[in-house]
Amino acid sequence: MCNNRLTKTLLPYALPIWFALARPAVATPLDYLHAAGRKAAPVVALTWGVITISIVVIVIISVLLAGAIWRRPGSAAIPGSRLALEPPVEALNWLWLGVGISTLVLLFSVVWTMIVLAKVTSPITKPALTIEVTGRQWWWQVRYLNSDPDQIFSTANEIHIPAGQPILFKLVGGDVIHSFWVPALSGKTDTIPGLTNEMWLEADKPGLYYGQCTEYCGLQHAKMGLLVVADTPRNFSAWWNHQLRSPQLPTKGDQWAGLANFNMYCGSCHAVRGTSAAGMLGPDLSHLMQRHSLAAGVLPNNPADLERWISDPQGIKPGSLMQKPELSARELADVQAYLKTLD
Amino acid sequence: MTIADYERVPTVAVEEEGQGALSENLKRVWESRPGIAGFLSTVDHKEIGLRYIVTAFAFLIAGGVEALIFRLQLAWPGQHLLTPEQYDQLFSTHGMTMIFLYAGPVLSGFSNYLWPLILGARDMALPRLNALSYWIYLCAGIFLYAAFAFGFGPNDGWFNYVPYAARAYNAGPNIDFYSLGMILLGISTTVGSINFVVTFLRMRAPGMSINRVPILAWGTVTASAANIFAIPAVSLAFFLLWMDRNVGTHFFDAPAGGSALLWQHLFWMFGHPWVYAIVLPAMGMVSDGLPVFCRRPLVGYTVVALATVATMVLGFGVWVHHMFATGLPSVSLSFFSAASIIIAVPSAVGVFAWLATIWTGRPVFTTAFMFFASFIVLFTVGGVSGFMTGSVPVDWQLTDTYFVVAHLHYVLIGINVFPVVGATYFWFPKFTGRLLDERLGRWNFWTMFVGFNLGFFPMHISGLLGMPRRVYTYADGMGWDWLNLITTAGSFLFAIGVLLFIVNIFKSYRTGTPAGANPWDAPTLEWSVPSPPPPYNFVVIPTVGSRHPLWEDRLGAEEPSYPHAGLVLNKGREAIGTSVLDGEPEIILKMPRDSYAPFILSLTTTLIFIGLAFQFWWLAALGILGSGTDIVGWLWPERSLGETAEPTANG
Repeated sequence: MCNNRLTKTLLPYALPIWFALARPAVATPLDYLHAAGRKAAPVVALTWGVITISIVVIVIISVLLAGAIWRRPGSAAIPGSRLALEPPVEALNWLWLGVGISTLVLLFSVVWTMIVLAKVTSPITKPALTIEVTGRQWWWQVRYLNSDPDQIFSTANEIHIPAGQPILFKLVGGDVIHSFWVPALSGKTDTIPGLTNEMWLEADKPGLYYGQCTEYCGLQHAKMGLLVVADTPRNFSAWWNHQLRSPQLPTKGDQWAGLANFNMYCGSCHAVRGTSAAGMLGPDLSHLMQRHSLAAGVLPNNPADLERWISDPQGIKPGSLMQKPELSARELADVQAYLKTLD
Repeated sequence: MTIADYERVPTVAVEEEGQGALSENLKRVWESRPGIAGFLSTVDHKEIGLRYIVTAFAFLIAGGVEALIFRLQLAWPGQHLLTPEQYDQLFSTHGMTMIFLYAGPVLSGFSNYLWPLILGARDMALPRLNALSYWIYLCAGIFLYAAFAFGFGPNDGWFNYVPYAARAYNAGPNIDFYSLGMILLGISTTVGSINFVVTFLRMRAPGMSINRVPILAWGTVTASAANIFAIPAVSLAFFLLWMDRNVGTHFFDAPAGGSALLWQHLFWMFGHPWVYAIVLPAMGMVSDGLPVFCRRPLVGYTVVALATVATMVLGFGVWVHHMFATGLPSVSLSFFSAASIIIAVPSAVGVFAWLATIWTGRPVFTTAFMFFASFIVLFTVGGVSGFMTGSVPVDWQLTDTYFVVAHLHYVLIGINVFPVVGATYFWFPKFTGRLLDERLGRWNFWTMFVGFNLGFFPMHISGLLGMPRRVYTYADGMGWDWLNLITTAGSFLFAIGVLLFIVNIFKSYRTGTPAGANPWDAPTLEWSVPSPPPPYNFVVIPTVGSRHPLWEDRLGAEEPSYPHAGLVLNKGREAIGTSVLDGEPEIILKMPRDSYAPFILSLTTTLIFIGLAFQFWWLAALGILGSGTDIVGWLWPERSLGETAEPTANG
C-alpha cells in the first residue's frame, strides 16, 4: 500500500526540481491512513481499528433502528383518535446487553490506545539529530542544532532528515500558536509561545513527505505548508555539509547588482550567510535554490514562480509580512538573478 | 392581602368546563397588558420561551447564510470569492452564532415554554429573572452582530485562541467586541440556569416526585447546573483577555510571564461542558417525544435520567481532549483519553433506551417521529467519531482536520437541530393551537436528512485525507476537490430543508389544522391544558401520581393523577412550592407582577458593555449607575409579595 506511494514520491533531491507542494505527485499528500515511519505506523493501525469499530457500531444501530421501525408499525391515525398503548414491558435487559457490549468495546479501545500511546511517546533508539522548528506567521523556521555552535545552521519550510533514524524535534512558538504536522510520519504537536514542545518522528525510506500548519494562526493559515525530505544517510550528510557552507558569491555583473539590492532591500528580514543580509524576520535564504517550494509550500521553486512571488507577495499570500520591494523591474530581475545563484 | 392569605391552606376543587368565575379571575390576574407595555414588561414564561425560540431561529438562519457563503468559497480549490479576512470573520461568526446564539438559547426557549407546563406549575420560579435572561441574550446577540455588521466580527474562531487574539497580532477592535459580548451573554445564561435549577427543585406539581419528572426537565436541569459551574471559567477568560488587550495585564502573554495555554484550559473547562449543555436538553426532548409516537412509555426512564446526570459529571473531566496536541505529559493525556472514551457509556444507555422504546412500541410515522428516529443514527455517527477523537494517538492525526468538523456538526446538528425541529413539529400545536403541515413536513424531513448527510458525511473523508480546518482556500491536487464540491451541494440542499421548515411554520401558523388540547394523545401535563395554554396555565394545580398522567386510564398508575383537580390558588399571582424530592406541597408562593425592571436592567447593563467597548468610561459609569438604581427598584419590597410587614393586632 505504502510502497507504491513511496516509489511515486521517491525523488533524489539533486534531480532538477519541477514540482512543489502546490502540485504534489501523490493523489492525497496529506492523508494519514498511510504511514511511512515507525512512529506513524502503530497509529495508523489503531486508526483503522477505531474506524472499523465505528462503522460496525453505525451499521448495527442502523439495522436495529430500521428493524424497530418496520417491525410492527402502528396505524397512522393520530392526530384524531386515540391509539392503543403498549403497557410497559421489561425491555431493560436488552438495554443492559447493548450497554454492556458497548462498555467492553470501549474498554478494549482504551487499552489499545494506552498501548499505542506508550509505544509512540518516545523513540526506542537515541535520536540521530535534533532539529528546532519555530512556527511563524506563515512559515517555518528550521534550525539544525548541534553541540558545536559553528555547526548550527538555519533553513526554512523544508526539513531534510536521514531515513531510518529517529529525529528529535524541538518545537517553539515564534509568534502565535501553530501546529507542526507531517501526517505520513507523525501526528500533530503545537508550537506554542513560551513553551518548547518535543516530539520525534522517523521516515522508513527516502522520500518527500508533506506537512501543513494545523492550528488556526491567522490570515494565511491555509498557506503554511512544509516539506520533509528524507534522504539516504549518505545523501543527507552531503546535504548537511553543503548547508553548513556559505553560498558562493556571484560571478556576473547583474548578480552582483542583485546582491547589493538584496542586502539593502531584503536583508533586514532575510539572511544569506556570508553576506551582510542577516535579517531574522523572514526565512534564511542561503541555499534557496535547493528547496522545492517558495512561500511555505505555496509555489513551486522555479524561475517563473520566483518572479511572481517577489513581484507580488500580497497577491499570492495576502496579509503576509513579505512586502513587495520598492525596486524597478530591472532591479528586481537583478535580485532574481542573484537569488538563482544561492545553490 | 393579609398574612392569612398566604398562610392559608388552599381549597381543593375540580376543574369544570366553562368554570367561569375562577378562570376569569385567574386570567385577569395573570394576563399581561396588551400592546407595547405588556410586550416590554411581561414575565410570562410562555411569551419569553417563544421569544427565545424565534430569536434563536433568526440566529440559526444568519449562521446558516454565513456558512453557505463560505461553502461557496470552498466548493472549488483556489477560489477568490472572499478575502482571507472576510473568510475568517465569517467562519468565526458562524461558530459563535451557532454555538452561543442558537444552540443554547433555542433549548432555553423550549424549556422556558414547556417547563411550567410539564411540571404542572403556573410559571418559572423566578419570572423576572427569566425576562432578564431573555433581554440580555437579545442585547448580547445584537451587540455581537452590530460589531460584525461594521466589519468587527470575531476573526479568531469561536474558540478565540491567544496569542492570535492578543493586541499584538489582532490590533482591531474585533476581539474586544467578542470578549465583551460573550461576558454579557454569560450573564444571561447564568441567570437563566439559576432559574431552571430553582424551578426544578421547587415548582413541580404536588405528587411529582423526582422520579416522575419528564426527561426534558432532567436534561435541562443538568445542563443548567453545569452552566452555573462552567460559565464563570469562560467569562473570566474573556475578561482577562479584555484586560490584556486594554489595560496592559499579561495573563496570556508568554514573553511577559503569562501563559498561552491558560486560555485553552479556561476556555475548554467551559467549552466541553457547554457541548453537553446544548445537547442534553435536546436528548431529553427526544426521550419525551419519541415514546408518544411509539405508543408506550420510555424504556429505562431511571437509567436514562441517571445517564443524563452521569454524562454531565464526566463531561467536566474531558476538556483536555481539545488540547491533546499541545504537548501535555503522557500521564495526563492517558487520563483524559480514557475519560473521553468512557463518557460514551452513558450515551449508549440513551441510544439503547430509544431503540428499545421503538422496538417494543408501535411507531406512528409522523414528521416529529422521523426527526426523532433519524436523530438516533446521527447521534451514533457523531458519537463514534467523538470516540475516535478520544483516543490520543488517533486524535493527534484527526484533530484540526475536517474530520473534526464532520464530528462536531453531527453532534450539533444531529443532536441539537434534528431534535429541535422534531420538537417543533411535536409542540407547535401546543404553542399555537395549530398542527404543522405533515405533507410539507415529509419534504422538510427528507431534504434536511439527505442534505445534511450529503453535506457533512464527506467531511469525514476529506478529514481523513488530511484537509485542515479553518483554511480559506486549498490547493488543487490534494484529493479534496470532489469532496468539497459535494459538501457544498449538500449544505445547500440542507438549507432548502430548513427553508421548507420555516415555510411550514408560517403557513401552518395561519392555516394549520386546529390541534385541540392533546393532538398526539400524549401522556404529560402540558397536553391537559388548552392549546395555546391560558396565561395561568392551569385552572387548578394538578396532582401527579405517575410519569404519564394522561395515559393512566389505559396503563394504570401507582397512585392516580388528577390533571384537572387540585389546589385552588386565586388570590393574586400564586404558585405552589413543593418539596425537593417528593413534591409535597409546602408553601404558597407569591409570584411577581409584570415589570419593566428586567428590560431596563438589560439596557443599562448593555450600556456598560458599550461603554467598555468604545472606552467611553463615562458611559460605562452611567450604565453601572442605571443598573444599580434599577436593581434597587427591582428589589424594593412589595406588599403583594408579602415582603413588607403589616400591622397586626398585637404588633
